Amino acid sequence: MIPGVSLIEILTVSTLMFFIGVYGFLTRKNLITILMSLELMLNGAAINFVAFNKYLYPGQPNGQLFALFLIAVAACEVALAIAIVINLYRKIKAVDVEQVNTLKH
Amino acid sequence: MEKIIFYILSATILSLSLMSVLSRKLLRSAVYLFGVLTAIAGFYFLIGYHFLGAVQLTVYAGGIVVLIIFSILLTHEIDHQMPTPDWSRVAVAGALCVAGAVMFVQLLQGSLFSRVEAPEQSDLNTVGNTLLNPGGGGYLLPFEVVSILLLAVMIGAIVIAKQRHSVDNSSPEKQAP
Repeated sequence: MIPGVSLIEILTVSTLMFFIGVYGFLTRKNLITILMSLELMLNGAAINFVAFNKYLYPGQPNGQLFALFLIAVAACEVALAIAIVINLYRKIKAVDVEQVNTLKH
Repeated sequence: MEKIIFYILSATILSLSLMSVLSRKLLRSAVYLFGVLTAIAGFYFLIGYHFLGAVQLTVYAGGIVVLIIFSILLTHEIDHQMPTPDWSRVAVAGALCVAGAVMFVQLLQGSLFSRVEAPEQSDLNTVGNTLLNPGGGGYLLPFEVVSILLLAVMIGAIVIAKQRHSVDNSSPEKQAP
């Protein structure tokens, strides 16, 4: 644990970060910025896992492993999303969600 | 000392993520995201999970951000300015997020998490043994599933992003008479 810092403060930081991500997810129209807001939300969740592991179950590494798997899945998601964005740009020359109304082959 | 570092890190995380969400320049937004991810890696180092911090630095700050910046440079002008979102959309989303954040922080203040005093076992040996343990409490099956997922994503990304030369008849150039 960090001396002098309680679990509540860490959870507050991660909560605020998650809702900043939600705000970006709702207001942005560009696919890449939506993806970046998603990254913020995922990282807020990862901070939660790590903080709970450190403060409530310091004898086991379970939360740390959840955060590791989360990072791996986020990397997968970003790779696929970037591939889709580039393919979409090649087809319709735009990456705004309002102009994307076809995902047909 | 650790307390001061924690407050500096959390101020950096919150302000940079807010700037990343609010900035109208796309590339600048990605650079702010890089700052957020690096600060989170610093938080992991501060809390004592060095392996997780290193993974965060290499995979997130080194890999994902570079991928995002590449895709921005491939699809936009370098000084691309996004239009400001509609007033109504900003109002609805802002109200929703502020209400949610206030509710969650309020719930957190009322909760009593009792800190557990136990011997710390966060060294790399424990992590590796738990990750590759097929027995009780081990994570060997998720590890293998994630490796298969990574392989599938690699193949999928290549197939999706590959240029189709002959079979593609739905592209706008060929539809135009």
